[in-house]
Amino acid sequence: MKTMFVIEAFYLACFVLLSQVTAKNSEDIRCKCICPPYRDIAGKIYKQNVSLKDCNCLHVVEPMPVDGKDVEAYCLRCECKYEERSSGTIKFTIIVYLSILGLLLLYMVYLTLLEPMLKRRLFGHSQLIQSDDDVGDQQPFANAHNVLSRSHSRPNMLNKVEHAQQRWRRQVQEQRKSVFDRHVVLS
Amino acid sequence: MSNGGGVASSTTHLLDFLEEPIPGVGTYDDFHTIDWVREKCKDRERHRKINSKKKESAWEFTKSLYDAWSGWLVVTLTGLASGALAGLIDIAADWMNDLKEGVCLSAMWFNHEQCCWTSNETTFAERDKCPQWKSWAELILGQAEGPGSYIMNYFMYIYWALSFAFLAVCLVKVFAPYACGSGIPEIKTILSGFIIRGYLGKWTLMIKTITLVLAVASGLSLGKEGPLVHVACCCGNIFSYLFPKYSKNEAKKREVLSAASAAGVSVAFGAPIGGVLFSLEEVSYYFPLKTLWRSFFAALVAAFVLRSINPFGNSRLVLFYVEYHTPWYLFELIPFILLGVFGGLWGAFFIRANIAWCRRRKSTRFGKYPVLEVIFVATITAVVAFPNPYTRQNTSELIKELFTDCGPLESSQLCQYRSQMNGSKAFTDNPNRPAGPGVYAAMWQLCLALIFKIIMTIFTFGLKVPSGLFIPSMAIGAIAGRIVGIAVEQLAYYHHDWFLFKEWCEVGADCITPGLYAMVGAAACLGGVTRMTVSLVVIVFELTGGLEYIVPLMAAVMTSKWVGDAFGREGIYEAHIRLNGYPFLDAKEEFTHTTLAREVMRPRRSDPPLAVLTQDDLTVEELQGVINETSYNGFPVIVSKESQRLVGFALRRDITIAIENARRKQEGIMLNSRVYFTQHAPTLPADSPRPLKLRSILDMSPFTVTDHTPMEIVVDIFRKLGLRQCLVTHNGRLLGIITKKDILRHMAQMANQDPESIMFN
Repeated sequence: MKTMFVIEAFYLACFVLLSQVTAKNSEDIRCKCICPPYRDIAGKIYKQNVSLKDCNCLHVVEPMPVDGKDVEAYCLRCECKYEERSSGTIKFTIIVYLSILGLLLLYMVYLTLLEPMLKRRLFGHSQLIQSDDDVGDQQPFANAHNVLSRSHSRPNMLNKVEHAQQRWRRQVQEQRKSVFDRHVVLS
Repeated sequence: MSNGGGVASSTTHLLDFLEEPIPGVGTYDDFHTIDWVREKCKDRERHRKINSKKKESAWEFTKSLYDAWSGWLVVTLTGLASGALAGLIDIAADWMNDLKEGVCLSAMWFNHEQCCWTSNETTFAERDKCPQWKSWAELILGQAEGPGSYIMNYFMYIYWALSFAFLAVCLVKVFAPYACGSGIPEIKTILSGFIIRGYLGKWTLMIKTITLVLAVASGLSLGKEGPLVHVACCCGNIFSYLFPKYSKNEAKKREVLSAASAAGVSVAFGAPIGGVLFSLEEVSYYFPLKTLWRSFFAALVAAFVLRSINPFGNSRLVLFYVEYHTPWYLFELIPFILLGVFGGLWGAFFIRANIAWCRRRKSTRFGKYPVLEVIFVATITAVVAFPNPYTRQNTSELIKELFTDCGPLESSQLCQYRSQMNGSKAFTDNPNRPAGPGVYAAMWQLCLALIFKIIMTIFTFGLKVPSGLFIPSMAIGAIAGRIVGIAVEQLAYYHHDWFLFKEWCEVGADCITPGLYAMVGAAACLGGVTRMTVSLVVIVFELTGGLEYIVPLMAAVMTSKWVGDAFGREGIYEAHIRLNGYPFLDAKEEFTHTTLAREVMRPRRSDPPLAVLTQDDLTVEELQGVINETSYNGFPVIVSKESQRLVGFALRRDITIAIENARRKQEGIMLNSRVYFTQHAPTLPADSPRPLKLRSILDMSPFTVTDHTPMEIVVDIFRKLGLRQCLVTHNGRLLGIITKKDILRHMAQMANQDPESIMFN
């Protein structure tokens, strides 16, 4: 529980900081002018990294496709917008998201494939301590961890973690039964 | 609860202080309803204690300040977290969506639009072509055009869509099964007083966030607004555990959850006021004024955080924010009302079809293979969606394109009107423009997209991945609206000498704006399926930034609600609540039947007699026997079997915990110890074991009605006070009990629905 808060607070702080700091990267500001077709000149989009005060048709549209007296008419039809983005935030977000996704995938592969294999290799087929309510349950959470752990010989911290993990697994199993098997909730 | 005499009350007070509260009493089991009255009393008691100690020392004063301000702190933290998570979801979903088409070679973390952001190779006609963005066909085959690359792109699109959907459903199944679905029906039930343990927990939060991105990116016909409300409520629930004022009291926690759901809608639509109204109208059950202010604050904080993250690079919170300034004309109310009728009809059809499909999934063997079902639906969606450019793109982008009006700066296929301007001659005597071939082709594709989306959304909502309903319904409405808008526009062009058009349309200006029709259509469809009224209008007008279009919006939304209500009074969320059998007593329905309390109460004639406890006659063994033999949640306590006069009400969970606690802590409690609920122990022979006092768990003020009370009043009492059970007396003697489940079953029976479908109590 506490680690979740720490992670979340860290993430929040990084987000807010990054969004302020990295926006000033020169690649991340632009002025985009869209000029529609005029007479026989095709429509074109102009982009330049200028600041807000220079974001208008005269500064951005280069080279100007029309001559002196038509410039005003041409520029009146163009629309210039100043845009700012934060590429640092995007990069940070995608990297954080992919790393969390990767960790979850690894954990899922471990829980569904590796742990039963390890259990079978360590203890053979015969010794399965059945718990009360999942007789014949083929789910990966069923008894694997029960069998793998030898609780009384381990130090207290690890014991607590395993205990918490066991409790969490039982909860997930209950939830899975309610949602997928009995269709009682969230059908 | 009245005060006794002066001295007597102080001694009882003293004695109560000497007895410690038993740990665990006052908590609730999973899938049970809370007792609102008890929770509110507990909170007032806590508040009184803190206030009375306030003047004693500076430390107590600080504690009272902290207690007063903790509400604001929770709400601020919830808003911050919701905004941050919504930013994460938006950025990641955008990126993964474009991953189906290709990659940005220079910076892998950019999506298509961001990749071409600084490039100067974009042209006016093709605004998203740049050399840094490579489609999969280009990367794998080396060529960008041609049938081979089309097939390769198609194949990669299907592959990515399938793998995202498969990952999403696997993660949901393995880590957090509660993360599937929309979440709003369950949150409505939770806010009305139901307990679902783990539904708003940290694993559910994490898995919902991660799999929401995957589900949206896989191209399935779903949105992310409903799941964002669930995510925000999870944040609210997690933060409320930091403060004992909220973690120990279920009623106060629900105030925080109301504020959190407002924050969720606010970041989904960039509409803080709409979010608060949505929380008030759709999600919350009790909404005191304090919650109104706090919800608004949470929504503002969340919107502010999302804006400072700036996910779309244009300082807008939502992709399809458009600003309109064109006027609308009075004759356009006719097509707007037609759009409202379409929205209502589609809403009624969708609710019936979706509930029928979900019921089939629930009860037959279709529901045994959730992973296969998701893969199958994702495959069909991807295979059919790719050829049509309007379904291939992100649904939010589709809505944006449909909402955007065609000006000279637009170059999409939808805006390819046949231009009548040659050189300086810009004015004609016809205010509109005829549609070019591009527009006709676009209309065909839009019609096909409409049919596709209508069919696929029925099967997608309710899959075992996080799925929302707002965006698909808005898309359907926007497509229908745009088609109607273009049709009216062409009608105005080809028949510009009709009275209607000549009277109102000015020469030289565009008369009809099809983008506005798309917006009205989107609002009508969303209103038809959710039956939202005020909140929908406010959300849409916050999206468009103008009060000018309130009248068309309201006309369409009201029409769609009336047409939808003609077919069935429930919105999609109430229908799902009824499908799941949650104990939700709807505050909007009126109870119009003339039954009396004694026709609904239990025990009925054929039932065994009411299970009661006497106040000082029982032994521990008999008490445990009563508890083990029956499955009732609570037992009335009476003076004696002869008089049947009521003393109070005791809950099963509290009794069990109290007996266990007494056996562990107090010496001499044996099976034949006497149990008494009175203040003083009954007189016992000298050699009897120590008696057990259970007065502290007894509710001394249960609500009672007489057996001739009309059920209208009983239902009203249950709704307004949030009761779970109510005792029925006759001439002062206890006769029976009415529980919330009995009321729900009775209402179902009166409405000719199956009363056995109410599952929980």
